[in-house]
Order: sequence, then structure tokens, then C-alpha cells
Amino acid sequence: MSTATTESATSTTSAAVGTTDTQKRSFTASAALYLNERTSLAGFIKELGRKAFPDHWSFLLGEVALFSFMVVLITGTFLTFFFQASMAPTHYSGPYVPLKGVEMSVAMSSTLNISFEVRGGLFVRQMHHWAALLFVAAIGLHMLRVFFTGAFRKPRELNWTVGFTLFILAMAEGFTGYSLPDDLLSGNGLRIIDGLIKGIPLVGTWISFLLFGGEFPGTAIVGRLYTLHILLLPALVVALIAIHLVFVVVHKHTQYAGPGKSPGNAVGPPILPIYAAKAGGFFFIVFGVLALIASLFTINPIWNYGPYDPSPVSAGTQPDWYIGFADGALRLIPPGWEFQWLDRTWSFNIIVPLVALGIFIILAMIYPFLEAWITGDKREHHIADRPRNAPTRTAIGAAGVTFYAGLWAAASSDILATHFSLTMEGVIHTLQAITVLGPFAAYFITKRVCLALQKKDREIALHGFESGRIVALPGGEFIEVHKQLDEYERWRLISFESYTPLMVRPDVRGRISTRQRIRGVLSRWFFEDRIAPVTKAELESAKHDHH
Amino acid sequence: MTRTKRRTGRRHPFVFFGLLLLGLILTGGAYAAVSDDARARASVDANSQHTIDEGKKLFQANCATCHGLQAQGSGTAPSLIGVGAASVDFQVGTGRMPMAANGPQAPEKPPQFTDEQIAELAAYVASLAPGPVIPDASLTSGGGDAAKGAELFRINCAMCHNVAGAGGALTEGKYAPSLESTSGTHIYEAMVTGPQNMPVFNDLTISPESKRDIITYLKYTQENSSPGGYALASLGPVAEGLFIWIFGLGVIIAVTVWITAKSN
Repeated sequence: MSTATTESATSTTSAAVGTTDTQKRSFTASAALYLNERTSLAGFIKELGRKAFPDHWSFLLGEVALFSFMVVLITGTFLTFFFQASMAPTHYSGPYVPLKGVEMSVAMSSTLNISFEVRGGLFVRQMHHWAALLFVAAIGLHMLRVFFTGAFRKPRELNWTVGFTLFILAMAEGFTGYSLPDDLLSGNGLRIIDGLIKGIPLVGTWISFLLFGGEFPGTAIVGRLYTLHILLLPALVVALIAIHLVFVVVHKHTQYAGPGKSPGNAVGPPILPIYAAKAGGFFFIVFGVLALIASLFTINPIWNYGPYDPSPVSAGTQPDWYIGFADGALRLIPPGWEFQWLDRTWSFNIIVPLVALGIFIILAMIYPFLEAWITGDKREHHIADRPRNAPTRTAIGAAGVTFYAGLWAAASSDILATHFSLTMEGVIHTLQAITVLGPFAAYFITKRVCLALQKKDREIALHGFESGRIVALPGGEFIEVHKQLDEYERWRLISFESYTPLMVRPDVRGRISTRQRIRGVLSRWFFEDRIAPVTKAELESAKHDHH
Repeated sequence: MTRTKRRTGRRHPFVFFGLLLLGLILTGGAYAAVSDDARARASVDANSQHTIDEGKKLFQANCATCHGLQAQGSGTAPSLIGVGAASVDFQVGTGRMPMAANGPQAPEKPPQFTDEQIAELAAYVASLAPGPVIPDASLTSGGGDAAKGAELFRINCAMCHNVAGAGGALTEGKYAPSLESTSGTHIYEAMVTGPQNMPVFNDLTISPESKRDIITYLKYTQENSSPGGYALASLGPVAEGLFIWIFGLGVIIAVTVWITAKSN
């Protein structure tokens, strides 16, 4: 395996700089020299090309997101050539029989035109939509990987926030795109957003009128969403991706503990040539998988949904998966959360889920800062944690995932009911319980499982595996021989950090501030139950016990 | 010599098979022409006393336990006086009746009776009191305006049955079934009789021509596969999300594992 640390360096480009003009140069060398004399690229390429990228499958999830975003950009550009973001009424005159002569907006009719008349249009439209779904899914999985391995710790807290903002922007991109065709499904989706906005006290109606340019649905929204979808949001996403990647280069990539891997280095193949070749090939694989899916599987058949009309709502009307958690939150609120007071209706059906989701999102976004404050750890961390070695964090993550999953499943409550022969009410009540109580159950179970796994690791590191081989000693004693781990395997099990709960101490003026007390309580919650890593002394004595 | 003798004296040996084939095509063609929706009535005269008597026997043997000996209904099942032949043809023809077990809703299952028996049962129930009749084939075999039908379907039917007729959930375990393989006659009968939880769409709500348009649209969706490829059961974004997470991301993750695998 070819490995390189970030410090080591040689590059063909820099070698070319030093050669004299009398020698006959290859075209590549001449071109490289020409470029370098004018741009000083050599230093940059030398620095970047020798960066090491640790090898682990989960480190490629962010790349999947990046690559599917590139597919979204390429296919989206094609679609803008044919899509017309206008809500002016027209009559469909294309080849799809069940819509012939039906009145619809120009936006809908141009989307149908893309689907049925533009050569390759339906393929590109489906690829755009599938790639968008994959984009957000890959972001989600990438975020889970970063969270559960603690890769958001110093110095990467800011990059977590940048990434989280990207996740929110990706959802916004997805939703604005979902709303553009002006078919029945997208109109129903917008109507729910309109309802959400109007559910905000005092300002809701004003915001809704501002957004839709008057009473819903109006004639302005598609054009406005289009500007957001193809101009503002993509520009922000591209800018933040650039920042995100610059941060990755600046911080170096995290790596899992292993022999030769220290917080001061990054072990893996260098970007040039190995990693760049792998990543370049991987882009085409992602592109190919998306192309295959797009050519075989229908997505968003707007011809079924027909043009938007405020009166019909189809059974099975759902948002795309990444907005599902918000739709689910609305579905889970029990009926009747409103009352009359001061001659006004005070409704909590919308504002409660909105606030709950807002808090959930903010907590997830600032989690790195919270954890850093609780641990009081100011050191840099470049070795990724195994989830079990940070039991409280892993348990918090599991609770968050359960909460999200409950909301997410609730968005498909009707489909769950029909396809598993359940009652709608039963599904909703079960999911209400899962969403509210599930996180607590998930927290305790996960924490105990993590501690148990740590105990098992400790046992294996100290005493090895039971080999099942019984040996009779000359004195008549029977012993079971334990098979010891080799050094490499053991290193993986014992090299982790463990925190002890903070001691609350008086400050210079002899007082204990409330801040410190809270921090003490939180720290105790985090680190009270813990399995200490195996110490050198324990290892030594264990070696003397068994042979 | 012999050749000419043969030609005049005997028919060609294949003539027999030719005639047989012609006869079969004619019989089959004639049968096909009157079959489909008219199949049951082709062999049974719904108005004859004999048919009604046969129907009554079938009814008393198979339906009377719940619906009563005079079809007057009971505590567990409604009266069938006045429900008409259309109701019987729908309920028994789709296998919903006789019900296998009490539940929120009678599910569709393979019919228990032959077409002839169903026609006899329908004739008996229709003889009790006037009610919706089995629709004429001209209204149930398509040929209307699919675009108008699609619009009517979206406005009147899609909130329960889904825009693509894939079905949907109702309250307390009830559901609107999928229409992806329902025959034109049964769709029409369901509209005029309102089986189970479905409302009645009588001729004043939706005219027979409009019903024909709706059936034309549904037949279009039944006969034409999705232009975009496999339709994922036409369930919409839930099926799409499930697909991209399990199959899309699944394949991609398998590839990431392959890319980062260490060579031995």
C-alpha cells in the first residue's frame, strides 16, 4: 500500500521548473512549465497533491454528496434550457392523451414538454430528481458518520456548522425544485408550506402574502421559486461547498486509530495520483448508477398528477423524503390544540411542531460547541472515535435519530397503514409514542450497549480470546489457554481517550458560579458512567497472568 | 390421369382442417363479441322466472345466513331489497361477497361463483325491488374522453384512490382499493352503488357519459405502462425515497467499500 504523510514531497511539476532550456522537453513538461511560470501553480499542486487521504469507506460519503450535486448541476442546466417558470394559463396540446386540452400553467406544460417531446428530456428530468434525492441522502449519512465518530471536535466545529448549513440549503433546493412543475403534488406541497407560514402568530399571514404575492396560490410563486432554485441557492451551495473543502484541506482528514497513525499525521494514499484517480472514477460510478436508475425507474410522474388545482388532494400526497420529517411532525400533532381567547382563535397545531423542529435543528447545529464546553477540552482531535468509546454522545445521537425517524415515518403513515393492513389511528398513535418516548429508550439502550461493548473490548485487550484449548499441567491442574491479540489489533482497542467528570472548583474570588455548576452537572451526566481505557500497567500485569 | 381423378373425386385432405379452423374462428369470434361485459347475460336471461328461482336457491344457500331468507337484512348485514343487480354483480363478481371474515372492510378476493351463478343471484336480488342495473357495455368499455375523465377522477376520486388509482388509506383500518386491475363494469357499478365506504355517484352527480370518461382514463392507465420506466407501484415520494435509500445509496455504499478495500 502506498502511503504518504503530508510532509513528504516530490512532484514532477517542480522538477520541471529546474531543468534548463537546452534539453528537449516533452509537450506535457513544456505546458507545465509555461503554466507554472505564469501562475506559480507548482507550489500549490505540490502541497495539495501530496496530501494524504485516509482510506475508509465511510470517508467517501461526503464525496457521494459532492458528486451527486455535480450531477444535479449538469442535469439542471439542461432542464433550464426548456423549462419556463411562468404561471400564465395555457391549454396542453402535447402528445400525452389524458391531458390533451386541459388548462394548466406554462410551467406545467413546459415540464410535460420536457418529459414527452424534448429528446432525452424525461431521462434528464428523472436523473435530476433522483440525483437530488441521493444528494440529500448522502449528506444525511455523511453527517451521521461525522457525528458518531466525533469528527466535529476541535478544530472542525466550524466545518460542522458549514456542513449543516449545506444540509439545510440542500433541503431548500429540493423543496423549491419540487414546487416548480406546478402539478397537483407540488401545489399541495406549497399549500402545506403556506399553512405552516400562516400558522406563525401575528406575522404569518403577512409573510404568506409577501411570499406568494397575494392570496395563495397567486401567479408569482413559481417564478420566485425558480430564481431561488437556479440562482441564489445553488450559488450559496457552491460557495459553502468550497469553504467546506478548504476546511478539509486545512484541517487534514480525520482517521481511525491504528498503528502509525497519530494526531500529528494523516496516513493514506496521496491525492495525486492514487486518490485523484479513485475519486475521479468514483464520480463516473455515481453518475452511472444515477443514469441507470433514471432510465429504469419513474420519479415524480407529473402526468399522473395533472395541473395544480386547489380543490383536489390525492391520497398518498407526500413531500420528497428529506421534507418528510416536517410533514410527519404536522401529522403527529393531536387534534384540538386551539382555543378561543380575547375573541381570537389561538392555534398551537402548527406553531408547536415548528418550534420543536427549530429547536431540534439548532441543537444539532451547535452540538460541537456544547460538547466542547461540557468536556472543557481545548485540544485538537484528529483521530476519529469509535462510537462505543463515547457512550453518551453515541446515545444522544441515537436519541436524535429515533426522534427524526419517528417524524419521518409519520409522513408515510397512510402508506404504512394500507401496506401493513393497519389502522391509520394505530399507526399515528404508535408513532406519537415512538417520537416522544422512543428517544429516551434509544438513549438508555445505546448507552448501555456502548458501555457493554467497551467492557468486552477491555476484557479482550487484557485477556485475549477464549481459545477452547484446555491444557493439563504436569501437576494435574487444567487451564484454558487464551489467545492473545497481536499488537495491531490491541492498539485499536485500547487507544482512546476518556474523560472524567469535571470537578466544580471555586474561582479566584472563592465563588462557584451557576455556569460552573451547570457545567459540572452536564459533565457528570456525560462521563459518570464510563469504562476507563486499559492502562500500560494493567496490560503489563495481564501479560504476566497469562502466557 | 390419376391426378385429375383425385381432383374431381375427392376434396383436398387439408380442407377438413381448414373448415374446422374457420368454424372455430367464427364461434370464438362470435363468443368474444358478446362476451366481456355481456358474458354473464349471454347465457342467462335475467328476466326469466327460471333464472330468478335459481338465484333464490343460491341466495338461500350462500347469503341468507347474514342477509336473511327474504334478503331483508339482519343485525350483522344490510337489507338487499332495492340494491339492484349492479350491487350484486360488483360485490360477488369481485369476490368481496360472500365475506370470509368480519373486518373493517370486505377485501377483494377470487370470486366464489361462476358468471352464470352471479347473473342468477343478481336477477333474484333485482326481482325484489328496482335498483341500479348492470351497465351497458357501451358505457364501460372506454371510448370516451380520457382527458376529461382524468380531470373528473382527480377531483372526485383521487383523494381516496390516489391520482394513479393506486389506492389509499381511510380511517380505522378501512381503505380505498387499488383500481389498477378493476374492470370497467365493476368501476361503473361501484360508482352507482357506493360499496362499503365509497359514496354513491349517481347519474345526477356524474352523468353516465362522464362515468364513461373516467373509465376511459383508468383503462388508459391500466393499458399503458409509465413512460418513465418502472412506476414503483405509483405510490409517490414515499416509494421513491425508500428506493433511493435502499437501492441507490445501497449500491453506492457497496462501491465505496470496494474502492477502499485493501488489496491482499
